[in-house]
Amino acid sequence: MTTQMTRVRPAAPPERRRRARTRTANVAGVGRPGFLWAAPATLFFAAFAVVPLLMVVVLSFMSWDGIGDPEFTGLDNWRRVLDDPVMIKSIWLSLLLTGLGVAIQTPLSILLGVWAAGNQKNRAVLSAIYFVPLLLSATAVAVVWGALLDPNFGVPAEATWLFGDGNLYGEQASAIGVLAFVSTWQFTPFHTLIYQGAARAVPPVLYQAAEVDGAGRYRQFFHITLPQLRNAMITSMILMVVGGLTTFETVLILTQGGPGTDTTISAYYMYERAFRSFDYGAGAAIALVLVLAATLISLVMVRLSGYDKMRSTTEGL
Amino acid sequence: MRRRPNHLAGAGSLVWLFLIGLPLYVMVSATLKSQSEFAQDGPLALPDDFTLDNYTGAFDTGFGRYFLNTLLVTVCVVGIVLLLVPPLSYAIVRSRGRVTTGVFRLFLLGLAIPLQAVIVPMFYLISEAGLYDNLVGVILPTAAFCLPVSALILSGTMRDISRELFEAMAMDGATPRRVFFQLVLPLSRGGLSTIVVFSALQAWNGFLFPLVLTQSDSSKVITLGLYNFKTERGIDAPGLLAAVVLSMIPVLLVYLFARRALVQGLMGVGGK
Repeated sequence: MTTQMTRVRPAAPPERRRRARTRTANVAGVGRPGFLWAAPATLFFAAFAVVPLLMVVVLSFMSWDGIGDPEFTGLDNWRRVLDDPVMIKSIWLSLLLTGLGVAIQTPLSILLGVWAAGNQKNRAVLSAIYFVPLLLSATAVAVVWGALLDPNFGVPAEATWLFGDGNLYGEQASAIGVLAFVSTWQFTPFHTLIYQGAARAVPPVLYQAAEVDGAGRYRQFFHITLPQLRNAMITSMILMVVGGLTTFETVLILTQGGPGTDTTISAYYMYERAFRSFDYGAGAAIALVLVLAATLISLVMVRLSGYDKMRSTTEGL
Repeated sequence: MRRRPNHLAGAGSLVWLFLIGLPLYVMVSATLKSQSEFAQDGPLALPDDFTLDNYTGAFDTGFGRYFLNTLLVTVCVVGIVLLLVPPLSYAIVRSRGRVTTGVFRLFLLGLAIPLQAVIVPMFYLISEAGLYDNLVGVILPTAAFCLPVSALILSGTMRDISRELFEAMAMDGATPRRVFFQLVLPLSRGGLSTIVVFSALQAWNGFLFPLVLTQSDSSKVITLGLYNFKTERGIDAPGLLAAVVLSMIPVLLVYLFARRALVQGLMGVGGK
């Protein structure tokens, strides 16, 4: 095709062509920042995030008690961590709590998000209240619920018909229930925000077309809204998985991993081993397991959903 | 087209309102009761004799100090983020070098690094640097972990600046510095306020770094103060909850006056 064009239209004189090219190059190059603009932030981030991340790998092969110098001990930490029944149990507990979080929070936040995406007046007021948990630190959330669910002075002590002896922390099932519930209370508003934004971005044309076709509210929800929320769903679920695996404050403040080690999830166990038993090498190994698990699960979710291909939800519109 | 009201959704939203509202009600009403009244009447009862002793008590137990420490940490973290992220995002959006593409990838990967992954080495590094139990040692890693999200948000904003404007300035022979200060910064105000609110929230509510990297009372931040209060005098629920209320007042103010920036800051991570 190019040869044809040159045959039909004679090429521009070489001199003029060259000038034209330099001018576009100028426009493209002038005013463009070089790498130096990114350097300070990159160095800072490397020093305080990338280097520590690499060091956690190194430290997982070393023994350190926090006082002397770390010493290489080869696979010793890994052997101890992987042989430790509490560690194995903590992985299952982490997965259970994360799974519960995704299973409870996803439907809840989709419904709330789609609801809040409407533009009636009362929704604006109500959603302003809904999002208050976002403003509290994880510590504050745990402290408030701790006071509310206190076995002696909290609600369970008054409503014994519902809570039995009132001590929700005495048994594994109820303790896990408390953790799942408090996480739901704390994080659902955030995911609601994600779904609200996504639901607002659904092209109204789709609903108008469905309405013309006589589709009711529920069919519209299942056949338009839900498929349109796919990308938001993946983002939100990945954040839930990473957040669930790294839940820490709630466990530290509400159950301290108890009763026994029945709510000792890996993120909490890592803290206990490193900063309470001063076994920093084992702590580093557990941290690495956590990172690998979170990355692996996120990658699998991205691949399975085809999100990496960035299929647009507005294709064909 | 007029739609029927959706009663099911309405009912569901009221249930959720109750679940969200109950703890908030208990939190505020408990702080207005004396400790003995709270223990006797339970958390759900309305306060009989209003008292503000719990709030003054919180200041007596050092929360004034913790408050100032947290404020210092927050201001410094926001300062660092504001200093580093705008040039970074500018380079990400406008530079054509391969290095900058790599840098952007690095920050995208950085989004996925959880704090827990690095606290053991961070403790080692900060101790080696002699910054243990020093607020500087809390500020630096906290700021670093605000960078990926902030960079993502701000480059999103800068990408929306129309290309014609850049080309017009380039025609005038403007240097990158002039483009940055005269075009990019003024047009990124929305994104800038979002990252300010985002990083301020991270710093204000941060817990893990202070927990692991500080020790003494003089370098305590507010979240750590709450945790200590709870473990040492958890019986005094009204006092504890008063401290919680105090800790969230600044955030509440931001929510009231900059709700858009706050909500967008949160959406920037997941909304795209």
